[in-house]
Amino acid sequence: MSVEFCGLELEHPIINASGTFDAIAAHRAFGDELLERFPFAAFVSKTVTVAPRQGNPPPRLWEVAGGLINSIGLPNKGVYGYLEHDLPFLAALPVPLIVNVMGFSRDEVAELVEAFGERPEVAALELNVSCPNVETGLIMGADPDETARLIHRVRPLTGKPLIVKLTPNASDPPAVANAAQDAGADGVSLINTVRGMALHPKTGEPWLGGVTGGTSGPAVRAIALAQVHAVAQAIEIPIVGMGGVQSGRDALDLMRAGATLVAVGTESFRDPAAGHRVTSELSELLANAAV
Amino acid sequence: MTRVTAPFGRRAAPVTTREEHGAYVVIRCRDAEGPVPRPGQFYMLTAGERWGGGEGERPFLPRAFSVLRAGAGELQFLIEDVGPGTRRLGELEPGERLLLVGPLGNGFSPPREGRAPLLVGGGVGIAPLAIWQDELGGRATTLLGFRDESHAHGAGLLKGASVATDDGTVGHHGLVTELLEDELADRGDEVEVYACGPPAMLEAVRAICTGRSVPAQLALESGMACGFGACFGCVVPTVDGYVRLCVEGPVLDAAELAGASSVGSSAGAELPGAFRR
Repeated sequence: MSVEFCGLELEHPIINASGTFDAIAAHRAFGDELLERFPFAAFVSKTVTVAPRQGNPPPRLWEVAGGLINSIGLPNKGVYGYLEHDLPFLAALPVPLIVNVMGFSRDEVAELVEAFGERPEVAALELNVSCPNVETGLIMGADPDETARLIHRVRPLTGKPLIVKLTPNASDPPAVANAAQDAGADGVSLINTVRGMALHPKTGEPWLGGVTGGTSGPAVRAIALAQVHAVAQAIEIPIVGMGGVQSGRDALDLMRAGATLVAVGTESFRDPAAGHRVTSELSELLANAAV
Repeated sequence: MTRVTAPFGRRAAPVTTREEHGAYVVIRCRDAEGPVPRPGQFYMLTAGERWGGGEGERPFLPRAFSVLRAGAGELQFLIEDVGPGTRRLGELEPGERLLLVGPLGNGFSPPREGRAPLLVGGGVGIAPLAIWQDELGGRATTLLGFRDESHAHGAGLLKGASVATDDGTVGHHGLVTELLEDELADRGDEVEVYACGPPAMLEAVRAICTGRSVPAQLALESGMACGFGACFGCVVPTVDGYVRLCVEGPVLDAAELAGASSVGSSAGAELPGAFRR
């Protein structure tokens, strides 16, 4: 099942969704068995920002039918803390490392891309564009022109593959994908979480500390399939499909809709080794299909 | 704090017995592949079948439980029905499969030199104190608080406990923290407190112990999706900022906690933000 994606040679098409697997914390919990049986063909880090962030006040989670809403708020050590403390361990993982970055302005994204752009430990960069540009107030990845301006700005700063993580909370994701492609992106990944909300059952106030959050899990799988399918019609560059994948069948569906790679996210919360199971189920389905 | 690493991934553990203890259920399961956990560590539990389809089409995520007792390829968990996840787990019959990940997190550390252990538990939070009391070998003074007589049956799972109930039907009529204050007035310089229970109880224990400079290890609860540091959902505020309870806890030193907000406010029921037990 080896596959080529943006010039990376991967053992199989299953990777993790950013922010749903912390290889460092998982190593503390599971020891070296994690490294011996690493569940993904590439590891995508949690979002790194320029400055360190504590994240949103709790509560940060709410369970819904077939999934959950999270309002985590991108806690991370900041780019320099990440380079010093996290990168050495992540570089030693048995699979290529894709670093997910987010900036609150084009300058910040440029600083992040430059910080990782020539690092030999980093195989590719994924740009989280689901946040507002503080200069324009627009969600960068919700608007094709904003996305194009961002990619034009950072494309010259690195020779590494640039993957744009598309938000489903946009009126026209295929237009955003097309703008990213035209501006020089090497691939896109979708879907990010779907904006959602929960109220405290007793007080009626917003439950989540961040008021709204992102919905994930099988509850969003049909949305993901439709968006991957629509985006695949609009672009030539490869796609990482994700959203509620729990089985090899779900992964195969996203591939048939146009994805080259498939990311497992929320299912890893239920079973840390879900990536293995999805990979072996997919392998079996593809073998049967080939007969 | 002490930790045993877990086998990677989720494994099936057949349920062997189910016993009712008043308002609680104890389920035992066979876990031949897993290591013996440290007292205070926890597991993420899912029923092998029919997980989902309860109230609000939940549960979806696994539920975190401190281990009640462990040994010889067997684990025991204490369950109280407070929502769709705990309801399904509490219904598990011998022969059904429990799926589990663990042991996870950091357990209790031995008392500091010259101090004797003093265990303080509330409600279903008595679970990690049972395995800890076993390991301490009868040295521990144990104070347990419950809502009423039906919940106070849980006290039988530990040895020699002094009991308080909210309604006065068993033992002291009042709060377990009142028993704690009496103990500390006598010998606060000689003990280290180990506590697990509802948020209001833990916050009271934290405030009492901090005020008297008595060292205390608190086993906290928090909404938790994964249990192994992936989701960042279970943070609690400490003097060093937010920490993930599943990675740095669930046992934290009272002195590390940032104050009342650390121990949190639970809505009482098994809300998705309060499903640690």
